[in-house]
Amino acid sequence: MANKRFNVLPGFGLTMGFTLFYLSAIVLIPIGGLVVRTLGLSWGQFWELATTDRALAAYKLTFGTSLIAALANAIFGTLLAWVLTRYEFPGRRIIDAMVDFPFALPTAVAGLTLANMFAANGWLGKYLVPLGIKGAYTPLGIIIALTFVGMPFVVRTLQPVLESFEREVEESAATLGAGRLRTFLTIIAPTLLPPVITGFALAFARAIGEYGSIVFISGNLPFKTEIAPYLIVMRLEEYDYAGAIALAVVLLIISFVLLALINVLEQWASRFVKG
Amino acid sequence: MAGTVKRNYAAAHAKSQRGTEEPTWAKWVLITIALLFCLVFLLLPLANVFAQAFSKGWSIYWSALTHPDSWAAIKLTLLVAAISVPLNVLFGLAAAWAIAKFEFRGKALLITIIDLPFSVSPVVAGLMFVVLFGLQGFFGGWLNDHDIKIIFAVPGIVLATVFITFPFVARELIPIMQAAGSDQEQAALTMGANGWQTFWHVTLPSVKWGLIYGVILCNARAMGEFGAVSVVSGHITGQTDTMPLRVEKLYNEYQGPAAFAISSLLAMLALVTLGVKTFLEWKQAREYEQAQRASISESGDTAMIARSQVE
Repeated sequence: MANKRFNVLPGFGLTMGFTLFYLSAIVLIPIGGLVVRTLGLSWGQFWELATTDRALAAYKLTFGTSLIAALANAIFGTLLAWVLTRYEFPGRRIIDAMVDFPFALPTAVAGLTLANMFAANGWLGKYLVPLGIKGAYTPLGIIIALTFVGMPFVVRTLQPVLESFEREVEESAATLGAGRLRTFLTIIAPTLLPPVITGFALAFARAIGEYGSIVFISGNLPFKTEIAPYLIVMRLEEYDYAGAIALAVVLLIISFVLLALINVLEQWASRFVKG
Repeated sequence: MAGTVKRNYAAAHAKSQRGTEEPTWAKWVLITIALLFCLVFLLLPLANVFAQAFSKGWSIYWSALTHPDSWAAIKLTLLVAAISVPLNVLFGLAAAWAIAKFEFRGKALLITIIDLPFSVSPVVAGLMFVVLFGLQGFFGGWLNDHDIKIIFAVPGIVLATVFITFPFVARELIPIMQAAGSDQEQAALTMGANGWQTFWHVTLPSVKWGLIYGVILCNARAMGEFGAVSVVSGHITGQTDTMPLRVEKLYNEYQGPAAFAISSLLAMLALVTLGVKTFLEWKQAREYEQAQRASISESGDTAMIARSQVE
């Protein structure tokens, strides 16, 4: 498979042509359209539309909640991945399969059921709301929804690394007299860090753009519980296209920066997985 | 004498076990925290969907599902998935063939661009199609003159769904085809098969599990997509409401049990998707194991032959 010219397989022109055509029609032209529309705005206009007080409050909320949710995922995801690969306990296989549930469940259903659970008369809200923990129609609700949505990322990035981890290294450390905690901190943790950070970044990127689950649980109050994607929808409903586009471009740039960062992280992390 | 050695060995073994394992109490604390987390974030939300759906009884559940507007939403969701999934399968196969079987410049860039839709917020994705085809969009005037509706109509919903589910099949197939290489296809071609025959009888069977895997993930996402579809649909009851949009509308109209009834169907779809996925992973692991065993016995044979030759 050294060179295209010496490859006897047919169909390169057809498949490559279709790939590029379809990619352009579905992905590149729509993104390009958004960019061209943005270029129609002057820099001053764009800046004004993208940095209204309401928009700034929305960015702050989106970033803050996404960051906390991704951190929660990093902590609990690491714990879950560890428990799933290292220990045997009843129900392990079912939980292992269920970890992908947030990927498979439509976000609207996730938002609906979480909002219901944490509302004052819900299964958990019943006990939590009297304690002053309001999980529905508050920023905390947004964090809960984002934690649910981003949960599989850290677990699934970490699991293969843990599975391929050589126990001999731990054994040598133990033989040389290291306690379990010291072995964990000096031998295991440094290996786990790159995949955990990658999983964290993936969960964070997903959380920034998340919409479906949040509209149900947040209450969508301007300046209080209104996330950036929701504000885009509001601008559209007001027929304020320029406003919607300016916000969308800000989100788009952030996602592309995160994507580039994740690519770098994945390359870094993949050095630690034994093929 | 032998007894002491054995005892010493056992003690040493137990000690080495202790060195690479946490104390039992720590183990169970970790397991308990993990299980509690899964209870709150996985099992309770799932159970709650069904509990709420049936909270007002079976007849309310049934009438919520058979309501004409809900029925229209179910049909639209199936239609949208039936169009967008095959389109993305076709693309996935073409892209994987071109990327895995040939060398060309810019391959890494192409793979990155294919993954792009995953990192775009669904709302932004929907907005892109409004910018192109909406009344104030680039082609809006022309479309309006020719009485073609894309935004606030089914074509817009399909386009948004295709965008969101774009990478699923391709990203499953590309690594599998790359790992398989192209020796088998070259052999088939040398023996006189044409390109299509080679594809159907050699390539497709070798990637079938990965393909099915990509298809079910793509389908689950296509049926459940909310944000992008919400922006382009226009929310016309009975016409452009998909199942997730219908859930939102019922929820906003304070019809909780009905919203949960539709949700229960989507939750079942998620469970079936997970079931198929788990089955496929099990199947793949087994085939891999068998292949591994076959190659081990094969290399064992070669070793034996080599030894007999030496002797």
